[in-house]
Amino acid sequence: MKNKKNRPYREFLLQGNEAIVEGAIKAGCRFFAGYPITPATEISEAMSVKLPQVDGTFIQMEDEIASIAAVIGASLAGVKSMTATSGPGFSLMQENIGFAIMAEVPCVIVDAMRGGPSTGLPTSPSQSDVMQARWGTHGDHPIIVLCPSTVRECYDLTIKAFNLSEKFRNPVILLVDEVVAHMREKITFYDDEEVEIFNRIKPNMPPEWYIPYVDTPSGVPLMANFGEGYRYHVTGLTHDIRGFPTSRPDEIDPFIRRLFRKISQHFSELQFGDFYETDDADITIIAYGCVARSAKRAVIDARQKGLKVGLLKLNTLWPFMRTAVERVLNTSKIIIVPEMNMGQISREVKRVNKGSSKVFTINKVDGIIITPQEIQARIKEVA
Amino acid sequence: MPEITKLIHKYLRHDKKFPHVWCPGCGIGIMLGALIRAIDRCGFTKDEIVLVSGIGCTGRLPVYVDFNTLHTTHGRALAFATGVKLANPKLKVIVVMGDGDAVAIGGNHFIHAARRNIDLTAIIVNNSIYGMTGGQYSPTTPYGMKTTTSSYTHIEQAFSISELAVTAGAPFVGRGTVYHAKLLDSLMEKAFMKKGFAVVEVISHCHTQFGKLNKMGSAVEMMQWQRDHAVTVEKAANMTEEELKNKFKIGVLIDKDLPIYLDEYEKIREMAKTKNK
Repeated sequence: MKNKKNRPYREFLLQGNEAIVEGAIKAGCRFFAGYPITPATEISEAMSVKLPQVDGTFIQMEDEIASIAAVIGASLAGVKSMTATSGPGFSLMQENIGFAIMAEVPCVIVDAMRGGPSTGLPTSPSQSDVMQARWGTHGDHPIIVLCPSTVRECYDLTIKAFNLSEKFRNPVILLVDEVVAHMREKITFYDDEEVEIFNRIKPNMPPEWYIPYVDTPSGVPLMANFGEGYRYHVTGLTHDIRGFPTSRPDEIDPFIRRLFRKISQHFSELQFGDFYETDDADITIIAYGCVARSAKRAVIDARQKGLKVGLLKLNTLWPFMRTAVERVLNTSKIIIVPEMNMGQISREVKRVNKGSSKVFTINKVDGIIITPQEIQARIKEVA
Repeated sequence: MPEITKLIHKYLRHDKKFPHVWCPGCGIGIMLGALIRAIDRCGFTKDEIVLVSGIGCTGRLPVYVDFNTLHTTHGRALAFATGVKLANPKLKVIVVMGDGDAVAIGGNHFIHAARRNIDLTAIIVNNSIYGMTGGQYSPTTPYGMKTTTSSYTHIEQAFSISELAVTAGAPFVGRGTVYHAKLLDSLMEKAFMKKGFAVVEVISHCHTQFGKLNKMGSAVEMMQWQRDHAVTVEKAANMTEEELKNKFKIGVLIDKDLPIYLDEYEKIREMAKTKNK
C-alpha cells in the first residue's frame, strides 16, 4: 500500500508486547531467553516464532535468573539479547542485572509492570516498579530506563533501548505497564523509514594491545566478543582495567566513577519525552506510561474549557529527566503527577522542585488505570 | 622445566598476579592441570574456549588461564554458559563449579542443563563443603559430618552429583578424584569430545576446613582416603552391594547419545522459515 505522500507502507494492529518484539528484531536482537509470566508472556511467544525465522535463537529457561544469565552470556558472545518479565521475575533478575552493569554487558530487559508487592495482581496494571528498575540491584550503579505509552513507542523505544545498551555497554530496562503491554493500536511502518541502529564498538588493535576495561573519552570501553581473538576476563568482582579482580582503592574508585560518568556525561542523549501544550500552561501534568494517555485526554478537555493545562510526558524515567521537569517547574505554578503507585516519580519531581511550584499527586494502587476524569477532578481541585 | 610443566605454563595467564587463592594442598590445582592437559590433547585453540565459573574456590579458577573467561554470579554459571553457546555454537564452552555452586544454589540450572542437552561440559569439584566462606555444610556433605554450620553433627542426606546428573538425563557423566589424576585426564578428554551435555564430577578434598573439622588429616591423608574409597566402574560391576557400602564408583558412569539441542534448533529454524514463506 501507499499513503498520501506516495510512500509505500504497511499497517498492523499490534499489541504493545508484539510491537516490542518487532522493535527488538529490527534493532538486531537475535537472542531471547525468558520465562512465562503475565503480562509479558506474549513477548516470549512472539520471539519463539520470529527469532528462528531470522536465524536467531529463542530459549525458555528454567526461571528468570537463568533467563537474564543466558541473555548476558549471549551478549558476551556477540549477539544482541533481550529478556522480558514482570515484577516477580524482575525481582529475581536483579542480581544478574548488577552483573551486567559491573561487567558492562549490553542487554535489554522488559518489565511489564503489574500490581505488587509479591505475586500481587497478575493481570492488572501498575507503575510500581519505577524504583525497582532504578535501584533493584545492590550497589551503586547507573541505569537507563525507558517507558513507552503507545504501541508505536513500544516499537521505537525498544530500538532505542538496544542502541543505548550497545552504545553505553549497560543494561537498558524497558518499563511498560500491563495496559500498554496488552493494548492494541494501529502501527504504520514505512518501507523507506530510516531506522538508526547502533552496534557496540569493537576493538581493532592487535589483541596484545587490547585493555578490556580501559577508560575512553566517552567513558565506554571497547567491547570484544568472545571468540574473536581478544581473550579477556569478565567478572562480577570489582576489577582493574584488565578485567582482573582488584581490591586496590586507587583502582576501585575510578572504575565505579567511570560507570556513572559514562551515563552522566551523555544525559542529553538519554532524554526522551514530549512537551504537550506546556508553554503557556498554568498547570502541568507530568505523566508516563498508560497514565500519560489519560493525562493527554484530560489536557485536551481542559483546554476546551479554557483552562491552561499542559502535559510533560516522560519516556525516559532514569536517568531522571531533570532538565525537562525544571522547564515546566519554571513555567507552571502547579504540577500534578498522576501515577499508579504511592508516589515514585512525584518524589523525584518534588526533589527537583526548588519551591517555585506546588506539586500535587494522584496515587492509584487498585489495579485500575487512572482515568481522564480523575485527572480532571484533581485539576479542578487544585486550580 | 619438565614437559608437563611447560604445557601448563602455555595456558596460564602470566599477566595475572600469582599466587592463586587456593590453600596449599588443595585439589583444585590438580583438577586445573587435568583440564589444561585435556584441552591441549583435544586440540582446541585458546580463542575457541570459553571457561565459565560461578562463585567459590572453584569459581576463581578461570582468572588464571588464558582463555575467554567468565566469572559469573553464584550458581548461575550454566545459565550464562547456555547463552554463550547458543549465541556462538562454534565456541567450546566449559563450566567449572564447586558442589555448593552446582547443586545447591545452582541445582535448578544443573538439572535443566542436563535435561536440555546443550553441548556444554560441566566440571564439578566436589569437596563436600563451602570452602571459601570457611567450612559450612553443602548438599554433598555426608550425614554425620561436622562443619561450621553443623558443629554438633550433620543431619541431612547428601546428594550424589553424578547420579543426579544421570537421572536428570545427561548423556555423559564421569566421576574421578584428584588422587586418580590420570583417570581425571581421560574423563575430561572424553567429556570435551562428547557431543552434548557432559558432566565430570571431581571428588576432591578440603583439608583446611572439612578435613580439620572431621579429623581426616592432611591433604595427603585425604587423598589416600580417596584412593581407598574409590572403586572403578569395571571393578564395581563384580562387587556385591555390601562390598560397595561406603565406596564410590569412578570412571564413565554413563555415555549415551541423545538429540543435541543446537542440532534440533537448526531444524526449528528450517521449519520457521518454510512456514513463513
